[in-house]
Amino acid sequence: MDSSVLYVVAPELILAIGAISLLMLGVFTSNGEAAGRTVTWLSIAVLIATAIAVFQGSGSSLVFGGAFVSDGFTRFLKIVILIGAALTLLMTFDNFGRAKLLQFEYPVLVLLATLGMLMMVSANDLIALYLGLELQSLALYVIAAFKRDDVQSSEAGLKYFVLGALSSGMLLYGASMLYGVTGSTSYATIAAAATIPEMSTNIGLTFGLVFVLVGLAFKVAAVPFHMWTPDVYQGAPTPVTAFFAGAPKIAAMALLLRFTQAALPGIAPQWQQIVIFLAIASMVLGSFAAIGQNNIKRLLAYSSIGNVGFALIGLAANNTEGTAGVLIYLVIYVAMTLGAFACVLAMQRNGRNVESISDLSGLAKTNLTFATILAVLMFSLAGIPPLAGFWAKWYVFLPAIKAGLYPLSVIGVVTSVVGAYYYLRVVKIMFFDETAEGFSPPEGRTFAVMALSAAFVVAFVLPFVGGTVVDAATAAASVLVPAHP
Amino acid sequence: MTIGLGHYLVVAACLFTLGIFGIFLNRKNVIVILLSIELMLLAVNINLVAFSHFNGDLVGQIFALFVLTVAAAESAIGLAIMVVYFRNRGSIAVEDINMMKG
Repeated sequence: MDSSVLYVVAPELILAIGAISLLMLGVFTSNGEAAGRTVTWLSIAVLIATAIAVFQGSGSSLVFGGAFVSDGFTRFLKIVILIGAALTLLMTFDNFGRAKLLQFEYPVLVLLATLGMLMMVSANDLIALYLGLELQSLALYVIAAFKRDDVQSSEAGLKYFVLGALSSGMLLYGASMLYGVTGSTSYATIAAAATIPEMSTNIGLTFGLVFVLVGLAFKVAAVPFHMWTPDVYQGAPTPVTAFFAGAPKIAAMALLLRFTQAALPGIAPQWQQIVIFLAIASMVLGSFAAIGQNNIKRLLAYSSIGNVGFALIGLAANNTEGTAGVLIYLVIYVAMTLGAFACVLAMQRNGRNVESISDLSGLAKTNLTFATILAVLMFSLAGIPPLAGFWAKWYVFLPAIKAGLYPLSVIGVVTSVVGAYYYLRVVKIMFFDETAEGFSPPEGRTFAVMALSAAFVVAFVLPFVGGTVVDAATAAASVLVPAHP
Repeated sequence: MTIGLGHYLVVAACLFTLGIFGIFLNRKNVIVILLSIELMLLAVNINLVAFSHFNGDLVGQIFALFVLTVAAAESAIGLAIMVVYFRNRGSIAVEDINMMKG
């Protein structure tokens, strides 16, 4: 092994060493609250340093016997994940500060989870896939239950743990079948073995594919493997929920993209069927089940389920534009979701957070800026042009139509219309209902994330914002799927 | 009768199914769920080691070692979360895990 390997894995090394050093710093600092604050700021610095290291990389390289890949696709997703993680850390200060939760363990666990996500994005081997996924999941189980004296938070942690462990077991069983049938854990060898015509009817291969997809569907919360999402989102502390809704979804989706398109292109028709089913079920449940919700975190949980369904449309199309569509969708989804959760964090009266949608009633009269920002995000989530949410859907529907997936596209459009109802209901409550007691003004850092996200959503239509994202995503996707036949 | 790959796979499949049923059919307490998860992971290990032996490839056994290590970490975290939950709720019965409608 020569030292050039270290350059390829530099981002992961920085993150790992950073996390361990910050853990030490936290342990040996006596003052709890101050240590929490310092370590959180330093964690953001570590995430930024990692992002810079990701930017430095170029070309595509395979290291560690082909188990770890670094190319344009991984760099694009890693940047998005790191930005998402850094912004969620920025949002924790005020909320955790009030709840006396500002402890150094939280940012360290977020760093470790992010490290797991980077490993997932770069995984090119079943063992690397599993280890990255578990590093991420184990850290996430703990932070779901981070509010230790709160029964809802610990219940969220317990539910997330049980269902997460079940999904890891499923994934692992599938991985063992794939290994047994193809004789290797490396994506390249699996792909070569799966391309042989007689393998397309091999029952073991199909078995392995189905189990791995079930495991990954749990992680991205696609229906019918979504049951944990509303409860975990509601029970976990809000900054943690904001983290859950963003970065881990991107990492799991990246894993799904590379696994299907790099390891199993030979049996594409088989996994396309499954992905189409997952997409339709997620979109339908995401839009209908959200209608009756009164807790805004549960509403956003169903919204995220629906959004995963839309993103899966791009995967079902199985071509370069489809993959680019998924990447664009993920970027816009993360921007909108982070903004929406920043708004939820800002919903507080007299130092206490409220989570019910009726608390938003008449917000436009008490705090017009807040109401406008939330309204812009809701319009964007509903997919109203010219906001970013519309373009996200545009870039996944177009390749699906080109690939001839008409029923899927029609169902997608119909469910997005149904989904618009509950997003617009929030806007209606804010602007036209009786005025409730106003909120305390949002704190600076939370407000910054809200404003940043709304600005991105509005400015996406401009070529130098949207165009940059689209170009970068297209370049990233073309690395993963080299020129489809 | 010689014992071949098929026998190992059947045993592993039985254990794995038992594990899944243990999670969904169990109404008693959460420790049984943790045991079921372990059972699933061990079934996977049998699979991996059997494939590794019959394919003449060592990677499967290395994978099994990784799975063992991660399973240990997973149990530790699961038990820790369960202790936290018990302190708040005073119970670890599965039917009591219902503070949020799900």
